[in-house]
Amino acid sequence: MIAAMAMTEENKKQAGAQRFGLYLGLATIAMLFTALTSAYIVRMGAGNWLFVKMPLQFWISTATIISSSVTFYYAKAAHRSGDVSKYRMLVWLTFVLGIAFISFQYMGWLAIAKTGIYIDGNPGGSFIYVISMVHVVHVMLGLVLLSIVAIRTSINSYNPDHIHKIGLMATYWHFVDFLWIYLFIFFQIKFF
Amino acid sequence: MDAKDLHHGHSEHHSGAVITDHVHYQDTEGVIRFEADHGHHDSDRNKKNFIHTYIFSTDHKMIGKQFLITGIIWAIIGGGLSNIFRMQLGFPDVPLHFIGNIFGDKWAPGGKMTPDFYNMLITMHGTILVFFVLTAGLSGTFANLLIPLQIGARDMASPVLNMLSYWFFFLAGAVMFTSFFMPSGAAGVSWVFYPPLSAIREAAVGSETGADLWLVSMALFIVSSLLGGLNYITTILNLRTKGMSMSKLPLTIWALLITAILGLLSFPVLLGAAILLIFDRSMGTSFYLDKIYMSGIGAMPHEGGNPILYQHLFWFLGHPEVYIVILPAFGIVSEVLAVNSRKPIFGYRAMILSMLAIAALAFFVWAHHMFVTGLNPFVGSVFVFLTLLIAIPSAIKVFNWITTIWKANIRYTPAMMFSVGFVSLFISGGLTGIFLGNSSIDIQLHDTYFIVAHFHIVMGVAAFFGMFAGVYHWFPKMYGRFMNRTIGFIHFWVTFVGSYCIFWPMHYQGMAGVPRRYYSHGAFESFNKFGALSEFITIAAIVVFLAQLLFVFNFLYSMYRGKKVTELNPWKSNTIEWTTPIHPGHGNWDGPLPEVHRGPYDYGKDGEDFIPQTVPMRPGETTHHG
Repeated sequence: MIAAMAMTEENKKQAGAQRFGLYLGLATIAMLFTALTSAYIVRMGAGNWLFVKMPLQFWISTATIISSSVTFYYAKAAHRSGDVSKYRMLVWLTFVLGIAFISFQYMGWLAIAKTGIYIDGNPGGSFIYVISMVHVVHVMLGLVLLSIVAIRTSINSYNPDHIHKIGLMATYWHFVDFLWIYLFIFFQIKFF
Repeated sequence: MDAKDLHHGHSEHHSGAVITDHVHYQDTEGVIRFEADHGHHDSDRNKKNFIHTYIFSTDHKMIGKQFLITGIIWAIIGGGLSNIFRMQLGFPDVPLHFIGNIFGDKWAPGGKMTPDFYNMLITMHGTILVFFVLTAGLSGTFANLLIPLQIGARDMASPVLNMLSYWFFFLAGAVMFTSFFMPSGAAGVSWVFYPPLSAIREAAVGSETGADLWLVSMALFIVSSLLGGLNYITTILNLRTKGMSMSKLPLTIWALLITAILGLLSFPVLLGAAILLIFDRSMGTSFYLDKIYMSGIGAMPHEGGNPILYQHLFWFLGHPEVYIVILPAFGIVSEVLAVNSRKPIFGYRAMILSMLAIAALAFFVWAHHMFVTGLNPFVGSVFVFLTLLIAIPSAIKVFNWITTIWKANIRYTPAMMFSVGFVSLFISGGLTGIFLGNSSIDIQLHDTYFIVAHFHIVMGVAAFFGMFAGVYHWFPKMYGRFMNRTIGFIHFWVTFVGSYCIFWPMHYQGMAGVPRRYYSHGAFESFNKFGALSEFITIAAIVVFLAQLLFVFNFLYSMYRGKKVTELNPWKSNTIEWTTPIHPGHGNWDGPLPEVHRGPYDYGKDGEDFIPQTVPMRPGETTHHG
């Protein structure tokens, strides 16, 4: 059966195509956020801008999503070295940290609202809400995919296809992590 | 245990794929696992049931046909709508009782359509034709049909995503169709959907539920386009057969690749614009809205937004979108012209480079749609310069097409006629583009019928001609039969002459200042003198529409009764889609994938009429493409 385990040439080509397709997908997400953040800059340049100070909850959520990337990195390493129980633990820890991130984002929105800045006020506030919400939607999508990958790959045997899938998942997960870090820094810059 | 059994074992044990007799086609992630040398794909496929073959098919050829037929249905609806509002413009006093019968009496009391209904018609006409017909119907059809066949792949990189792409498109269409029958009607704020009209529910009848459904439909459509585009690019760059280098790709594939890249980079921006608009409409945000006082309601709560921001975001998609519409037609026309001229396409590399140049410039010209928004004149002049630069690659293309057919031994087929017609339309419409690209002239002509004439000729009718050329040319590959030639020629001449009859007079109206999007010009003495011209345009529009029904008849008739294809390569073409069986199964080639040795345009080389791409290079033979 060993022969069947090795990736065939056709499968390798497919795997490469999937990874490439994922990069294209990430490019479209990047374009979406490019559009939103450039709208943010253009609108800020027009004046009458309310600058929102990042609430503490967003700092915590940032730390959370960074640590989730770290756990997933080690989960992937554990899977590669064949330590499936460690992999299983770390991948679900990543999942929990993802949920925690969304919760902290939600608390962050509540905290901003508490300061009197609502979604329907000055666009300076609305942009923070809308852009971070669109980001959370991408994290949610990531969580759905992560749970599917985690369930499928928590099997106690070596399989190159699983390594490939976990690799794709890692790329997506790190991408939404970096995306948030970018947005978080971006929100604190006074362009004008 | 042979290789196939091992494969079964792998799937069963590790990824939990459902084991059936065709498990080697794909696992649950849509990864195709073909075995190159198995020759029994066909029999496997035929055992599949109706739903798998015709409805939720993952075969790229079937998905292409689904896109085409859905596109044709939308074209009939969208074109029909234009005939109804042309009636209002040409014959404002003739009662149209059928409007009440179909859409409800309130839209046409006594058979006379209301201004709100008129707005709804022009909005839906534009939306349907730009997005559903000329984007999905054109690149959806031919990207699906041609990419795997012409690059030598068994299917798309992800057949499942491909199927989803069609079904998101279908859903988008279903939502849009439903919106016609809402109490407040479909969206009526024009296809560009500018705020504040589109952002305030109370602004007009057409800004109510119809506008919500329009946004939902567009969001679904964007998902469809992105899934499709992602697949097309991945497939072209990763799954080409042995020997099919990028410099041996047919121009159709190059065009579809560049189209997909444009879509992938620009549709997310439209999605961003739509998200902000949805929040403005539903959550009370003020991205696009500043202080507004509405009669009957009073001051609106919005403050601090800017409607021009929407225009920037919209046209950042909107301009690349016109190239998304026209580029597949470029590719199809290049291929059809070369095949039927029995000559290599003139300047293969120049054709690719000019398409790349057009695509790159597409992202830096969006503000030429916004010269009258109070744009800084300096910024305007930069956009004028960049816009006029597009004339260079466009002229290169036109020159190369004409040089390709120059002194050729032309084989006249309906596809060839439509390709030549395309070149004519592209020149006519392109020239007026040079007028409009100049801000000083555009400010005069903005929002007049001159604009309507320009973009209908250069991207509307021309893209349709590309689509027709493609359908007539590849119909034998789709259905194993030919379309009727005689009806094809009648269709061509009526459409070609008729389209010029519709849009040529509009230039005069536009130069005289007749504004577009007006329900009635009767109140303006200076525009009344164009009444007879408007009648003529309306009659021409109806004739052209009827000619399209002839095409639909030909399409359906030929599907079942057309002359059967008896040889593999009826057009004596070089590209490898003609090396598949007459009725290719899922997987396209029965045996191993063909190997490619030469470029796609070796026509009339060394005294030979044509040399297919699969023929190895002879010793000492040199490639010739310029």
